[in-house]
Amino acid sequence: MASETKKVLFGPIFDNNPIALQILGICSALAVTSNLNTTVTMCIALTTVTAFSNFFISCIRKQIPSSIRIIVQMAIIASLVIVVDQFLKAYAYAISKQLSVFVGLIITNCIVMGRAEAYAMKNPPIPSFLDGVGNGLGYSAVLLSLGVVRELFGAGKLFGIEILATVNDGGWYVPNGLLLLPPSAFFLIGLLIWALRSAKPEQVEKSEFSMAPQSKALAH
Amino acid sequence: MSSNDSTGKTLLVASLLCIVCSIVVSTAAVALKGEQVKNKLLDKNRNILAAAGMLEEGKSVQEIFEQRLEVKLVNLDTGEYLTEETATEDWQKAALKNPVAYDQRKAAKTKGQNEILEGSEDIASIKRQAQYATVYLAKDEAGNVETIILPVHGYGLWSTLYGFLALQTDAKTVVGLGFYEHGETPGLGGEVDNPKWKSMWPGKEVFDEEGDVAIRLVKGSVDPKAPNAEHKVDGLAGATLTSNGVTNLLQFWLGKNGFGPYLEKVKEQGV
Repeated sequence: MASETKKVLFGPIFDNNPIALQILGICSALAVTSNLNTTVTMCIALTTVTAFSNFFISCIRKQIPSSIRIIVQMAIIASLVIVVDQFLKAYAYAISKQLSVFVGLIITNCIVMGRAEAYAMKNPPIPSFLDGVGNGLGYSAVLLSLGVVRELFGAGKLFGIEILATVNDGGWYVPNGLLLLPPSAFFLIGLLIWALRSAKPEQVEKSEFSMAPQSKALAH
Repeated sequence: MSSNDSTGKTLLVASLLCIVCSIVVSTAAVALKGEQVKNKLLDKNRNILAAAGMLEEGKSVQEIFEQRLEVKLVNLDTGEYLTEETATEDWQKAALKNPVAYDQRKAAKTKGQNEILEGSEDIASIKRQAQYATVYLAKDEAGNVETIILPVHGYGLWSTLYGFLALQTDAKTVVGLGFYEHGETPGLGGEVDNPKWKSMWPGKEVFDEEGDVAIRLVKGSVDPKAPNAEHKVDGLAGATLTSNGVTNLLQFWLGKNGFGPYLEKVKEQGV
């Protein structure tokens, strides 16, 4: 049982990462990782929502009519997201202003929906809760590594504190402006997936088809 | 499992879920309201100070606000301050006693405290405005007024932009401009929050020699050597309508229906 718990909780970080393996939740990974303050807030918000939505959905999984199950899941997720958003507005106003719509968009984050449908509908509440936390951690691991690279090399800072003195402030470091723009996260996620799959070749998908050998020309 | 899919069960689950979810959401909204309102006010005050360039490291917003700002109400028609003598109505007396609590947005919607703007007057598309507006007078260490901070608002592309314009005591040189609430497209119109863009404002002059409102945003960037460059600011790239909105709201609030009469008085008699 202990190893089972460990697998549910830590599996999603490397072995079954929601972003790197399942390629879910890319949109917010691009949008909020240009500095670490918003990244950390987003990670906490998403982990909380995934864990609790999994928990509540699992609690009532035997009562949910299958014809409206997606709507039921959405209603629970949406309520949780609104509660999180209200908390942020009350206790972390500046960050909630920066995150603006992205907190609300957790509702449509594929990871939350995906875990609810794939895991919470079939498993008891406690493992579901842990699965939510685990997937939140997997998401956070990728977002934090993106955030560190993007803020450090894009702005020369970490958590807004200067690490590399930039040329604008009279230092030596010429920041790479591309890293502050969303497309850079695509490149970084691509590199990350490459690294992860080189280290763990079992994550590489089988090709869906193979190229036929080049046929001979028909006429000379 | 099949019993779960009967119509009755489906309706029951759906309605119970709705009730529970709405209770949870409304409880959170009501319980956290106080804290959120406080944050909003703090954010507004921070923006007032930011527009005037008065934010200091290590000092709380509230502290600077209380030490260096004086809040006054101005009659927009006459340009006079609200005083003991001119305050006749109850709401005016209450506002005089506690000008910080005066809510200009609410007043703009209250009959007797507002004015309806007719089509051609309403260049900022705000439809109605309050008779009395709040002005913030920022003082230096010796207690002399050095900056006048005016609240401004107007319609952009999607939303009403609310912000503050800070002027020097000559009533025409800009100290700063900043918006604290808007819903423009992030990355395009939302660039009104960009510090780089905001840093173009200080030193601009809002009135020309004849005393007409001359400040406006122009497409592309402003050549500092061109004539009238002191009245022009770079428009926001990709956000023509938001840029027009900013021009319009400044034209309105500095014009005769806005703070025009008040600024005229400041020019003649000082603050």
